[in-house]
Amino acid sequence: MITLFGYPIQALMGQLLLGLINGAFYAVLSLGLALIFGLLNIINFAHGAQYMMGAFVAWLLLTYAGINFWLSLILAPLALGLFGMALERLLLRRLYKLDPLYGLLLTFGLALIIEGAFRQAYGVSGQAYQVPKLLQGGINLGFMYLPLYRAAVVVVSLVICLATWLAIEKTKLGALLRAATENPALVQAFGVNVPVLVTGTYGFGAALAGFAGVLAAPVYSVNPLMGSNIIIVVFAVVVIGGMGSILGSVLTGFGLGLIEGLTKVFYPEASSTVIFVIMAIVLLLKPAGLFGRTA
Amino acid sequence: MKQVFNAVLAAAALVLVAGGSAQAQISDGVVKIGVLNDQSGAYSDLSGQGSVVAAQMAIDDFGGKVKGKPIQLLSADHQNKPDVGSNIANRWIDVDHVDAIVDVPTSSVALAIQEITRNKDVAHLNSTAGTSDLTGKACSPTTVHWTYDTYAQAHGTGTAITKQGGDSWFFITADYAFGHALETDTAAAVKEAGGKVLGSVNAPFPTTDFSSFLLQAQGSGAKVIGLANAGTDTINAIKQAHEFGLTKAGQQLTGLLTFISDVHSLGLDTAQGLILTDAWYWDHDADSRAWAKRWSQKMGGRMPTSVQAGVYSAVTHYLKAIDKAGTDEARKVVDTMKTMPVNDMFTKNGKIRADGRMVHDMYLVQVKTPAESKYPWDYFKVLRTIPGDEAFRPLDKGGCPFVQSAGK
Repeated sequence: MITLFGYPIQALMGQLLLGLINGAFYAVLSLGLALIFGLLNIINFAHGAQYMMGAFVAWLLLTYAGINFWLSLILAPLALGLFGMALERLLLRRLYKLDPLYGLLLTFGLALIIEGAFRQAYGVSGQAYQVPKLLQGGINLGFMYLPLYRAAVVVVSLVICLATWLAIEKTKLGALLRAATENPALVQAFGVNVPVLVTGTYGFGAALAGFAGVLAAPVYSVNPLMGSNIIIVVFAVVVIGGMGSILGSVLTGFGLGLIEGLTKVFYPEASSTVIFVIMAIVLLLKPAGLFGRTA
Repeated sequence: MKQVFNAVLAAAALVLVAGGSAQAQISDGVVKIGVLNDQSGAYSDLSGQGSVVAAQMAIDDFGGKVKGKPIQLLSADHQNKPDVGSNIANRWIDVDHVDAIVDVPTSSVALAIQEITRNKDVAHLNSTAGTSDLTGKACSPTTVHWTYDTYAQAHGTGTAITKQGGDSWFFITADYAFGHALETDTAAAVKEAGGKVLGSVNAPFPTTDFSSFLLQAQGSGAKVIGLANAGTDTINAIKQAHEFGLTKAGQQLTGLLTFISDVHSLGLDTAQGLILTDAWYWDHDADSRAWAKRWSQKMGGRMPTSVQAGVYSAVTHYLKAIDKAGTDEARKVVDTMKTMPVNDMFTKNGKIRADGRMVHDMYLVQVKTPAESKYPWDYFKVLRTIPGDEAFRPLDKGGCPFVQSAGK
């Protein structure tokens, strides 16, 4: 058997694959964060709460309305998108002229309130959500047993990330969005309704978080703390990738998933801190992040 | 010479005790009980608000007064952080004059509270922390450890499964005091029963994704994967082991500390067949059912965990001891508690040892299949009742300093 650093290469491949799967969650979540920060300049601390709400909406739909996973995959992000847009219209809008820190404080406070409310209503042990029938079971890859569902998560995440990137970079709408962040007054003068554009963007970011939440529901237990467990890591991902860089956050998400996966093999005790160590190193060497443009 | 010295010392102690009882009373006219636990994190369902409700029920059932003085309940969230827990405990003792601190999940916090209550002479009635050090190396004359400990969990489950043929083990361990204690104790039990340990991995606490660790466990080829963790960690690990087909491939999974709230969260489809050790089961007999139903009405239909029932039992026994001793002075009350047998809905003929360990029967249970479960929360079938003396670590093996010196 071929070995690498004393580990059979087959076992390592399994671990890398698992890292990629976790990376998929990081990528979708950090994509939404980077989008909101890049275009709106808001540090959206409520992102974790929105991810958790996505999972809960899926669970509520299944439990009380019998709506299956596939429909939830569309309905939950829609619900979160609406929620996000309402939030932007009612609260965030008032903070644009202030320091970004105020946005951070507001969204952080909101996240605490939302989590507290869900904890009060559902406790912390979490709710069970079954893997959809179509994706139950798995494939034996020889070096590991890969649950079909996890494979699907990677594929779906890649598609979503790619589609979002294309939409921002290659379409007219994306061009307008980018222009509106550079110079809102000018874009408005061309007859574009910038406030609607901004509301829509925040809504889309929240919808992405909700989408990731639905994806997570069958693998992790659906519990009110799931967002706060992951959000700090996702922020680190965004910082490493370069605040606001969409492609950067996606690539970093997958990359850090892999590194974390390897840490779990070679030095598992450090697996919850390795990402932050990397963040510190990146900030020292390249303060704008790996893919960030220095202003 | 030494004997004479000891005799003098004993006499002096007697005088002190007698002197104390002459002016025995309830300090500052009220008995204050503080429930200190996790009310927002990983352990807040298995202890949390449910423990506060259980303590309040104990006080209400006792009549709200002891020796004519009112009983007051406080509660706080220690967030599973020793520094937060210590601050609250110090404030409670110094400012609020709390007489007993109850529940205290999370071993690292419990050990910190143990030091504070020992130094400040306050009762520590621990129901939810796991570490058997509370009645071992770190024992205290003002502490009673009520419901379970890592030794009992480890020996109940470890011995039973090894003897059934599950004789090679791999551990996934929560990387802090409790997880390590549970792993060490279980590994010892497995070896004692003739099994062997093939390896272990330390997972950070808390962990959401266990797949990597599960894959390592799978790769080890061990027959049994022991989860030395608790709460949401255990839930995620079991759920993901199911997903990765570990159990289907013939490996047996055991949560070394699994509570009924975890089973409820997993659902029977995923949890069925799991073997575990628990200190109490709500559906065990008429007494436990009656109490559980009263608790359930206050908690929106949930059923209590063993540690929540333990809080009720411990507080009740504590109040009875105050009534008997006529004082709320921690050492005297705890000494009195040790002289009285525990007979309530929690256990029959439980006894509290010199080291503070409440010794009672434990149960080896298996989680029912969905077909076997007839009504809500009908989750466990009892495979074996483990007699208290077998379940808990023998008194002389714990290394509790004041027990050893008394024995010499």
